[in-house]
Amino acid sequence: MGDQMADLDMLESDQPLLVAKSLSKSYGRIAACRDVSFALYPGEVLAIVGESGSGKSTLLQLLSGQLAASGGHVSYRMRDGVTRDLATLGEAERRFLFRTDWGFVHQDPAQGLRMAVSAGANVGERLMAVGWNHYGRIRDTASDWLTRVEIDVARIDDAPRTYSGGMRQRLQIARNLVTEPRLVFMDEPTGGLDVSVQARLLDLLRSLVAELHLAVIIVTHDLAVARLLSHRVMVMKGGRVIETGLTDQVLDDPREPYTQLLVSSILPP
Amino acid sequence: MIDVADAQKTFTMHLQGGIELPVVRGVTFHVDPGECVVLSGPSGAGKSSILKMIFGNYRCDSGRIGIRHRGALIDLATAEPRQVLNVRRSTIGYVSQFLRAVPRVPTIDVVAEPLIAGGMSRTDAQARAGSLLHRLNIPARLWQLPPATFSGGEQQRVNIARGFISDLPILILDEPTASLDAANRAVVVELIAEKKRQGVAMVAIVHDDEIRHLIADRIVDVTSFAAAA
Repeated sequence: MGDQMADLDMLESDQPLLVAKSLSKSYGRIAACRDVSFALYPGEVLAIVGESGSGKSTLLQLLSGQLAASGGHVSYRMRDGVTRDLATLGEAERRFLFRTDWGFVHQDPAQGLRMAVSAGANVGERLMAVGWNHYGRIRDTASDWLTRVEIDVARIDDAPRTYSGGMRQRLQIARNLVTEPRLVFMDEPTGGLDVSVQARLLDLLRSLVAELHLAVIIVTHDLAVARLLSHRVMVMKGGRVIETGLTDQVLDDPREPYTQLLVSSILPP
Repeated sequence: MIDVADAQKTFTMHLQGGIELPVVRGVTFHVDPGECVVLSGPSGAGKSSILKMIFGNYRCDSGRIGIRHRGALIDLATAEPRQVLNVRRSTIGYVSQFLRAVPRVPTIDVVAEPLIAGGMSRTDAQARAGSLLHRLNIPARLWQLPPATFSGGEQQRVNIARGFISDLPILILDEPTASLDAANRAVVVELIAEKKRQGVAMVAIVHDDEIRHLIADRIVDVTSFAAAA
């Protein structure tokens, strides 16, 4: 029985969720992203690491369809099982995808939240966008999610601008996950936080990702974050992917000169 | 269960002017079910590197790391990252010397995690974790605390419990008894004997001669694989 389930699981995972092929983006003569190809499977966490200016944020924007590519394409397997090229999606379809099957966690929570409306409304809004209309159910689900991200439910009617940085980030995560997306993009999600707050957030993210079997593409310059959260890593430099592989393999046995430099630059704890 | 053939590993240190550091070459040995093979040789001979190659943590330059996984043979030297992860989920466990735990997770959950990931209910997994921690003399009052605050020996025992809890057919043991007292070393020897009876294939590094005699069915001397010119 256990074996059978595992096999079914593998069959399902044998189809990639998102595929990038020869993705490129140039601004005039400057190439921000060159010839990036990879496949992401359900439940898989991929970290994109590199310094500022390496092209990792541009790549995230391309993958999430927020920026049009100069070359190559991204395809995504929709909930109905049909694989679509993101460039062929209409604006309404793309936005619907963003509200349902995708999440996007920004480094600055103010970009992903509405700072002046209540925490409950921030979470409930995404549910309403997918057709929920029963106020009591929306509020219950919102409270559930606040609890899951360790926010005191007594704060449900407060606006996030009254929250601390760590709470805001956890609220942004709740807002993203409430519609049970299959893929979440994260841009330096622990970037602006104190170290102790970071550890708590990482721990929370790690357990949510495993529990919900989420696929995640996370951009980070912090190799410790990549090690803790990701299965696979892509190292970027000058717009190119220079090394890729299993996270612990790339970090413990880096091959490329630049990756060796990155790994050796970590200060010992 | 494990069939390593002609595996080779060299580090190229780009930050040191591209100096080549040969680690091992021609590594060839196998491990059968229910058998514990101990790697021997002086420090620096490449024992730990070989363990890491078998776990897919270090890449091989050439050769084969054959692993029997779900009834089929898979070569970890050429496997895709997803396949390596699958092998680690259901075939190979690694007990390292040091615990790398997430800061806030209670000890009992650190130990139970591999079972929960394998689909066991939280309650059952915690019950098994508890009995293993008990055997390894970690008092119950510590189970709800994260292991980060524990002593080195306690952390290692938590790590051993985490490594031995699941029913994986292959275990890699990297000095599992290094900082343990005599009583706890004896518990680890017992745990290894139980794994053998269950047919688990094990590869180990142990520096303690007495423990080596107690657990080794065969000894593979890695000196012959030394790649240093």
